[in-house]
Amino acid sequence: MYTTDLSGKPAGQAEPPSEEPAELLARFEARVAADEFIEPKDWMPEAYRKTLVRQISQHAHSEVVGMLPEGNWITRAPSLKRKAVLLAKVQDEGGHGLYLYCAAETLGTSRQEMIDALHSGRAKYSTIFNYPTLSWADVGAIGWLVDGAAILNQVPLQRTSYGPYARAMVRVCKEESFHQRQGYEIMMTLAAGTPAQKRMAQDALDRWWWPSLMMFGPPDEASPNSAQSIRWRIKRETNDELRQKFVDITVPQAEAIGLQVPDPALCWNEARGHYDFGAIDWEEFRAVIRGEGPVAKERMAARTKAWEDGAWVRAAAEAHAVKQAARRQAEAAE
Amino acid sequence: MSADWPLWEVFIRARGGLSHRHVGSVHAPDSAIALKHARDVYTRRMEGVSIWVARSSEIAASDPAEAGPTFAPAETKVYRHPTFYSIPPHVKNM
Amino acid sequence: MDDPIFTYALRIGDDALVLGQRVSEWCGTAPTLEVDLSLANVALDLIGQATLFLGLAGEIEGAGRDADRLAFFRDVDAFQNALMVEQPNGDFARTIARQFLFSTYQEGFYGALSHSAEPRLAAIAAKAVKEVRYHAALAGDWIVRLGDGTDESRQRMIEALDWHWRFVDELFAMDAGERALLEKSIAVDRAALRPAFDAAVGAILAAGDLPAPRYPQRPVMGGRRGHHSEHLGHLLATLQHIPRSYPDARW
Repeated sequence: MYTTDLSGKPAGQAEPPSEEPAELLARFEARVAADEFIEPKDWMPEAYRKTLVRQISQHAHSEVVGMLPEGNWITRAPSLKRKAVLLAKVQDEGGHGLYLYCAAETLGTSRQEMIDALHSGRAKYSTIFNYPTLSWADVGAIGWLVDGAAILNQVPLQRTSYGPYARAMVRVCKEESFHQRQGYEIMMTLAAGTPAQKRMAQDALDRWWWPSLMMFGPPDEASPNSAQSIRWRIKRETNDELRQKFVDITVPQAEAIGLQVPDPALCWNEARGHYDFGAIDWEEFRAVIRGEGPVAKERMAARTKAWEDGAWVRAAAEAHAVKQAARRQAEAAE
Repeated sequence: MSADWPLWEVFIRARGGLSHRHVGSVHAPDSAIALKHARDVYTRRMEGVSIWVARSSEIAASDPAEAGPTFAPAETKVYRHPTFYSIPPHVKNM
Repeated sequence: MDDPIFTYALRIGDDALVLGQRVSEWCGTAPTLEVDLSLANVALDLIGQATLFLGLAGEIEGAGRDADRLAFFRDVDAFQNALMVEQPNGDFARTIARQFLFSTYQEGFYGALSHSAEPRLAAIAAKAVKEVRYHAALAGDWIVRLGDGTDESRQRMIEALDWHWRFVDELFAMDAGERALLEKSIAVDRAALRPAFDAAVGAILAAGDLPAPRYPQRPVMGGRRGHHSEHLGHLLATLQHIPRSYPDARW
């Protein structure tokens, strides 16, 4: 659901000086430039591997942490249909986390290591999930805005240079096609509903709009990894390009259901052929990245508790498998 | 810190008559649970009628560094393809 | 006096709804992502069954109540689910014990109901029996692994089975209304399902090297009459909160 590098470390520069064979490097760069796919056992520069592990695991963490804000409403969904749809959607997010962890694992990092990095605070995930879901309308707003933003990020990644990542994204994009529509449908129903429902919908848009714009990551001039990542086809459009695209697509969708985008500076710029929009509060963005989002502590506490509560189950299944293998061996020996 | 459950590669037959195709992986403690996980993860949208799982560590793979010697020799064996042979256009059913 | 078929469909639907709600509480917190997806599939099947059975109940009642109306606008004493399904999730062992016992019962029940003389009940049961057969197999796999896993998992599994065992008899009890429907070949003869249930449970417990739960225990009953545990009111407060707060709204 989120694919922008949040580490702030320029890829390549943070690594020790490269001692990689120039010939292999040149061949690798040529293959990527020709839009060929790189597969797990192919030679790749260490910086490429590290950037990918960071980006894919961040993406996976975002999916898994992203289950929590919407999961908060599964037991309270206001109809049986909405309950089933929401549960299926949150389940999909879990599946997407799973596909992405598997893709990252092909680069030689175990899921356990990635999960430890998340729980210890070393790994980042999308800032958006550190905001609380306060009403049913938030489920609609997340589907519409957050998944909408994610789709813009993810669709180009189906052609990313690393094969397992690209294949995971193909599956993710296919499954996610219903997510945004269900969110928008919720908002549409609320916006056309009772005055209380309409207020709920507007309030959700007011709270989720700016965090959604932040999902595309820092502005291009403050995004040190972009150029390298675009050259490596790990990323295909810049943060600001995607953000502009999102605003251009979403504003008319809000108008269509009679909701007001909470930005007084928003206006159509005929000359640019795009909407101009107000300044994003990057101070807030940086604070949320630092782990100071309104419910960051709750999110990590929930993830850590789930993982720790499950430890005895994981150990038990493993112990059973070991016992079974020993029994089979003993039988074979007889 | 305990290790992950072993990784299994998942292969799904989309419908009768097709071969199983690799779709992804799951972690599972044993083959029976791996099959159930594969079903719950990869066939939620009617993607399959049959599932295989195989321990990832048990799969032997060719070495991409040896791709040249492994696959290039086939490139020159054009006589293995029907288009290599010219048959007069009035000869049918061949 | 309610139509007995309405009552019957309602109680089958309530079982599925309440258990589906419970299992859905796991979403995002299971021991692994794979298990999370498995549990969500179980919950989705159950919510789907609830929607069909409650929808049918509303149709039979003919008073304009649809599945949502029945799910969201009845109070605790009007729910007729069995006590087992409303039990809190507890740890993974307790959730799995509940799922195994209930799905095993449901497999026999839906199997028999698919031959009901009431074709609408039979049709839903025929679809649902495949779903619960998978749930029973999935939960059975886990019972075996936890029973024959570590000392800790074994102890947790024994306690979990012990927790739920007092609610088993209720699943096979029939009141006068059901007996009347049985005579018309509409309802299932629950007592007749018991031997197969005991055999299936016995086989899995043996495979997991687990002792039979302490038995006889005094069975706890009352769900079918609306006399529930303390847990159901809280579950319904959560489930029904939004529609009840905005009674004139559509979602």
